[in-house]
Amino acid sequence: MSGMKLLEVSGLKTYFYLDNKAVAKAVDGVDFYIRPGETVALVGESGSGKSITSLSIMKLINKPGKIQDGQIYFGGKDLVELTDKQMTNVRGKDIGMIFQEPMTALNPVFTIGNQIIETLIRHKKMTKNEAKLRAIELLKVVGFPRAEETMKEYPHQLSGGMRQRAMIAIAISCDPKLLIADEPTTALDVTIQAQILDLMDEMKKKFNMAVLLITHDLGVVAEYADRIMVMYGGQIVEETTIEKLFLTPKHPYTIGLLESLPSLEKEVDRLGAIKGTVPPAHRFPVGCRFSDRCPKVMSKCRDANPSIIETDPEESHRVRCYLYE
Amino acid sequence: MSVIEKETRIHTDQDYILQANNIKKYFPIKGGILKHTIGHVKAVDDVSLSVLRGETLGIVGESGSGKSTLGRVLLRLMDPTAGQIVFEDQDITKMKYRKLRPIRRDMQIVFQDPFASLNPKMSVSELIEEPLIVQTSLTKAERKEKTVSLLEKVGLRSEDRFKYPHEFSGGQRQRISIARALTLNPKFVICDEPVSALDVSIQAQVLNLMADLQDEFNLTYLFIAHDLSVVKHISDRVAVMYLGRIAEIAPKKNLYDTPLHPYTQALLSAVPSTDILHKKEKIILKGDLPSPSDPPSGCAFRTRCPMVHDKCSEVRPELTEVGSGHLVACHLYTNK
Repeated sequence: MSGMKLLEVSGLKTYFYLDNKAVAKAVDGVDFYIRPGETVALVGESGSGKSITSLSIMKLINKPGKIQDGQIYFGGKDLVELTDKQMTNVRGKDIGMIFQEPMTALNPVFTIGNQIIETLIRHKKMTKNEAKLRAIELLKVVGFPRAEETMKEYPHQLSGGMRQRAMIAIAISCDPKLLIADEPTTALDVTIQAQILDLMDEMKKKFNMAVLLITHDLGVVAEYADRIMVMYGGQIVEETTIEKLFLTPKHPYTIGLLESLPSLEKEVDRLGAIKGTVPPAHRFPVGCRFSDRCPKVMSKCRDANPSIIETDPEESHRVRCYLYE
Repeated sequence: MSVIEKETRIHTDQDYILQANNIKKYFPIKGGILKHTIGHVKAVDDVSLSVLRGETLGIVGESGSGKSTLGRVLLRLMDPTAGQIVFEDQDITKMKYRKLRPIRRDMQIVFQDPFASLNPKMSVSELIEEPLIVQTSLTKAERKEKTVSLLEKVGLRSEDRFKYPHEFSGGQRQRISIARALTLNPKFVICDEPVSALDVSIQAQVLNLMADLQDEFNLTYLFIAHDLSVVKHISDRVAVMYLGRIAEIAPKKNLYDTPLHPYTQALLSAVPSTDILHKKEKIILKGDLPSPSDPPSGCAFRTRCPMVHDKCSEVRPELTEVGSGHLVACHLYTNK
């Protein structure tokens, strides 16, 4: 681990207190960091805790959920300690966020222009006219050819891809240092997905943003991220560079995921499915959380959950598995 | 049935289970004070295809390409605006409901969203037995036996028949949908995005299950999906749809190894790949899918095509055979 860290999350635990007194440990001890300008992917299936991790960073966790423990250092401050009011100066300004479904993330009763202007006036203290000019500029940057007219349009008048472009324009409007993109292209068709990922890459270089890319699509990760973290059962089970993950994956879950993926490049008779399903966050197995589905399970896996350890001399491959201890 | 056996059967005799000729499905757009029809959404616009017995024909396309509408029309869940559907040598295009009913046993559909397609108020045994009650004269005990055996076939337990859909995960619900589709021993099953709501590890389980069931019950699949890798994995032949029309149709290997239509080429290049050692060149298409209510003149793809030339806006390219079983609708290949 070298270089400056833009964001450092340590020991993050976000729990949900359910009605029946059960506790869903959606995020249960997550540590990672992001360097300036870097794209880090957080990958996992539904219920792995990847979205709750990102919402925790933005402190968008509502009751019955709670950030139980841990620190989120961003720009020298621990976000966990900030009040709601202080947090509003971080959200949308220092950290931008885009979501999966732009139709629900954009406000349907305001024009696209108004929604960008609002952000600029709030965070950049611009006058209305300055903000308007900047908003048109931003829309041009994200690829709206008729930016002036788009300013007056409402979200429903745009296609899915165009809405996601508008979301990106809002997210980057205040030059954030970090962009959290939660499944930004999952709702889009593949040709439109390619356009949006291309745009995000261009924006990242232009504004020197770091990106936390949350996705379930390993193909997207392989093409756009620098590092990857695989989540399972509320914890990171493997973290390394893109090259190491795809060439020498170590955790049995990662290996299983890669084998279950149909690919355009290789032909297989049968896909290597992982048996069983992701356990719900209030009923994790004792011991390793993947033990019930693991093809290499050993008796000690059922006794205690392994800790995540460094397995690589270059200190860039962390794995949570007894096979590598 | 082994792969070789299946291929010889496909190539030796042309035994079609379903043939669709010049299918059109237009939805009227109503407008004005008097709600006159002011236009049409051309969801499916002149599609012809044939499905060979025992094969899996994949249909890929982006949202709005008309692939799901086509599936529904082929099963007569919607009536076509024009065209002809022949299922097992019978013209079912205009067949009356009563006459169609016995034929419906042989054709089934599995939908994308198992949360929406299973009635939440019915238990699993009620869901699976319903087709048996409607279509057969089996006794209660026989129906129970059939239900249990189907549940076991799709990887669920016999006790699961007393549960309700909300007690299952997404993957298990899709297994129930599949069991339900198979109750009447159909010959032809349309799978409309059956795995796109599932996580990859579960998607792999369901795809493997579908392949097993196809072998066991001699099923013919029409597999509709937007995911090109999934379609490649499961299909024998693949058709690519764009704006209500077939752009290209070919045996799987030809389509993926030597795509001809510029749209197919762009689509394949846009799929993110996990093969980090061989990065491919991406063709990034400009713009969005045009509206199917006002498709471009000539070739529907010309507004986004990197290879567009004058003729494309004037003449609509017809689907033409350019190689063995490889058909493409593009002027680049028909000019010569």
